[in-house]
Amino acid sequence: MKKKLLVYAFATAFALFALVGCSQKRNTVSTDGSTSMEEVIGVLGEAFMNDNPGITFTYNPTGSGSGIQAVQEGRCDIGLSSRSLNDEEKASGLTETVLAYDGIAIIVHPENPVTDLSLEQIASIYKGEITNWNEVGGNDAEIVLIGREAGSGTRDGFESITDTEDACKYRQELTSTGDVLTTVASNPDAIGYASLAAVKDTVKAISVDGIVPDENTVKDGTYVVQRPFILVTRTDGKLSDAAQKFFDFATSETAVSYINSAGVVAAN
Amino acid sequence: MKNKKQVFETVIHGIFLILGLITVGSVLLITVYLIISGIPAIREIGLVHFLFGKTWASTAATPSFGILPFILTSVYGTAGAILLGVPIGFLTAVYLAKLAPPKMKKIVSAAVSLLAGIPSVVYGLVGMLVLIPGIRALFHIPDGASLLAAIIVLAIMILPSIINVSITALEAVPKEYEDASLALGATPIETYFRVSVPAAKSGIAAAVVLGVGRAIGEAMAVMMVAGNASNMPSLFQSVRFLTTAVASEMSYSSGLQQQALFSIALVLFLFIMLINAILNFFLKRSKEE
Repeated sequence: MKKKLLVYAFATAFALFALVGCSQKRNTVSTDGSTSMEEVIGVLGEAFMNDNPGITFTYNPTGSGSGIQAVQEGRCDIGLSSRSLNDEEKASGLTETVLAYDGIAIIVHPENPVTDLSLEQIASIYKGEITNWNEVGGNDAEIVLIGREAGSGTRDGFESITDTEDACKYRQELTSTGDVLTTVASNPDAIGYASLAAVKDTVKAISVDGIVPDENTVKDGTYVVQRPFILVTRTDGKLSDAAQKFFDFATSETAVSYINSAGVVAAN
Repeated sequence: MKNKKQVFETVIHGIFLILGLITVGSVLLITVYLIISGIPAIREIGLVHFLFGKTWASTAATPSFGILPFILTSVYGTAGAILLGVPIGFLTAVYLAKLAPPKMKKIVSAAVSLLAGIPSVVYGLVGMLVLIPGIRALFHIPDGASLLAAIIVLAIMILPSIINVSITALEAVPKEYEDASLALGATPIETYFRVSVPAAKSGIAAAVVLGVGRAIGEAMAVMMVAGNASNMPSLFQSVRFLTTAVASEMSYSSGLQQQALFSIALVLFLFIMLINAILNFFLKRSKEE
């Protein structure tokens, strides 16, 4: 009796795992790629499924590289990438459509006299080459580097834009934007980075190379600490009806408010 | 009539059996799952590299997965919490069990129960907003998020378990022991520390081990105050515990990184099993006495 029950328990558990594993059906839109786009694609997917009850929307958070590869190999309908396609990828028959821009604000304590840093200065600070605020025109105080955990999309974006991958000497690695904001707000010597839309008055977003981060400077590209969120499709291949429907929805006017609600700047 | 009663008994018996097996089943499922998903990464990285490697860079171009900093941090952090928490908790328990006037006992006991009921995220939040700036100002260090902050938070969090279990042990000491000691001319304080406490020592040891278990398994509060950089442990440095190593990276992890996180969870699980075994040993001994 006991043995039998155990067998049932395991069987149920494995059945559940199996269900999660396969969801490939005909009337689906499958997306694959950037983990940074999780929030925006989640919001869009949810809204899309509400409007189209018959269609299942799936998102596989694998990373930009694997997402691009997945479209190439036809394993998903739409690839998601948080970087522009390079020439090689474009030549191989892929098209990019910019969905949104993600601005990353560099934030400090409101009382910090520093208001502007160059991109090089930010990189040197995070690599630990500049360790005191007075080297960049601030108070005589050690700089406290606040960052995000390994695997975070914001961290990945920040490090790739400032070219500091694997070189950052973080004092604290926090697991959410809110934690970063709270920590920077409570330490006068801290510097951190967070998604632009999440920045509040408790911290000060500094300008980079003289450009103040806001919706317009992110959109026109003058604020450099930003990256595009891209939908990748095959140039020759035709999308399935369901996927085309999602693509049209995501690039339509109605999607703008959803995209902005996810903390990024919609492209159109 | 009698037959009906028997059927009813059997059915109830069966329901209780199933309910009991749910617990056993969960434990088994978790154990099996952890072992199955924890082994591959250890195999790929190598047990020695995994356990004794000093650098953790899970998403680097050439990733390295050494969890020695996490293991040592968990051990140091727990030891620190015990060092701070046990004297306070133990003396509070002696006071409450033997010395406190009934009214005082009621108030303090209520406070202790309340402390046990506070969610760990609240401990973390208060630590983040009060303790970290406090440590920063007090010790003149650039940032207060450190092993010390984690130790203080953990010490407070383990107080309720230590106090409650110690009180139970102290109150279980037969009154005759104390009466005999008092009759021989010992003062009450002498009696409590020379007679009651030694008589309750297994129970108190169990309380300490329970505290260890609680401290080593805590993730949320620690994650908010420890800073989470994978440094080797040092009192004023930002550190990462075994629990927080799993919790902080799990949400976006993939591939070998994710498997390695499962392996960390497996190591943590083994630690907790060991602590449970020690706890059972002490509890059994205190029962035999």
